[in-house]
Amino acid sequence: MARRYDSRTTIFSPEGRLYQIEYAMEAISHAGTVLGVLAKDGIVLAAEKKVTGKLLDLSGVKDGGYGGSGEKIFLLNSNVIGGVAGITADANSLVNYARTAAQKHLFLYNEDIPVELLAQRLCDLKQGYTQYGGLRPFGVSLLYAGYDPHYKFQLYHSDPSGNYSGWKATCIGANNGTAQSLLKQEYKDDISIDDAIDLVLRVMSKTMDSTTLGSEKLEFATLTLDPTTKTPKARIYRPAEVDALLQKQGLGKKEEDAEMKTS
Amino acid sequence: MDVSFALTGKGYVLIAADTTAAHSIIKVKSDEDKIKELSSHLLMAYSGEPGTSSILLYTAFAEYVERNIRLYQIRNLYPLRPSSAASWVRRSLADSLRSRKPYSVNLLLGGYDTTTYTPHLYWMDHLGTLVEVPFAAHGYGSYFSLSLLDRYHDPEAPLEEGLATLRRCIAEVTKRLVVAQPKYKVKIVDKDGVREVEL
Repeated sequence: MARRYDSRTTIFSPEGRLYQIEYAMEAISHAGTVLGVLAKDGIVLAAEKKVTGKLLDLSGVKDGGYGGSGEKIFLLNSNVIGGVAGITADANSLVNYARTAAQKHLFLYNEDIPVELLAQRLCDLKQGYTQYGGLRPFGVSLLYAGYDPHYKFQLYHSDPSGNYSGWKATCIGANNGTAQSLLKQEYKDDISIDDAIDLVLRVMSKTMDSTTLGSEKLEFATLTLDPTTKTPKARIYRPAEVDALLQKQGLGKKEEDAEMKTS
Repeated sequence: MDVSFALTGKGYVLIAADTTAAHSIIKVKSDEDKIKELSSHLLMAYSGEPGTSSILLYTAFAEYVERNIRLYQIRNLYPLRPSSAASWVRRSLADSLRSRKPYSVNLLLGGYDTTTYTPHLYWMDHLGTLVEVPFAAHGYGSYFSLSLLDRYHDPEAPLEEGLATLRRCIAEVTKRLVVAQPKYKVKIVDKDGVREVEL
């Protein structure tokens, strides 16, 4: 009897709660952390990869293909990067939906989809699963880092219930409470992209389980404006670039480790 | 027999259209406003393709566009930018062209992009051709006015100079065209939005 209000997404419990939605959000808080920081001249996204191991074949990931370098950061449109936390299979489906929605907008209006509109499209879909019969909602939270001419650089977050909100800096996934409070302390308005990169990596290194950061555990992306064309430029870092960046920031593996590898 | 002109200047777009509503060979109205205000910073002049369409048909298309542009604004809290609106209208017209009964309507879209602070003018014909232009005209008036616009148009001209060029065009059409239209309505769109101006 205790499970009476758990089994269907569309049934309220007597206290007025939708348990399946809350369980979906719980699933997300065990997923790898995704962190986003809005700067005045760009946005930074970083994510912690959970599926790692010596035997995992990463040869396809090495070149960081068109869509991104792995499991958590994806290019949704030329002006929006998405970071996902939650059930990877659900996330893939949502990423696919987002890309289609963005292309539909391009077809109809001959412009890149405004960031908030893309977030709304996905939230409409996610909200649908809290009302119409299906087994479960999407167990995915997303961060959208994007640019459009209306509101310039923007960072949005959406959760399984279909709620979305705009942020200056935010975090989803495991340890998001710790990361949020760190961000709250350290974030300043008018932060530059370089300071934002520094902030993201510092917070990331504090929230992640492992002591040293490396490309096998970390995904990284930035969105800036191209200085000549003034169009948004999404850059999802390749594993080698992530390592180079960490080395530059003094957070990477020690030099001797690298030497050991090559010898 | 509709005549419409438009030109850009320093931070504005001017659009002029005659005010005659004709049904076949009969003039049914002489004070028809054929420039729709699609949003706070977007104007659209519409006219029929001579001989093929009635005012009823192309005002129907103009109203369809007007309501859909408004719907986008209500849903998304900000209006479409001129370039996106023009692309959407072109798409609608192109879809209509490939239907059983196409709207034979020619359009001039003038808007002020509030995100980049620039005026834009688009010329579109009933076949769905869309071009961004510095000045434009539709109907028989175009045969008399395009050469004048080519000679006198200046993209950096202040409003008074733009209006003077427009007056030249209208004077020429009135003088030379057999089926000349007596009255014109002129509207402007700039950073302050759309409004009517006196010639």
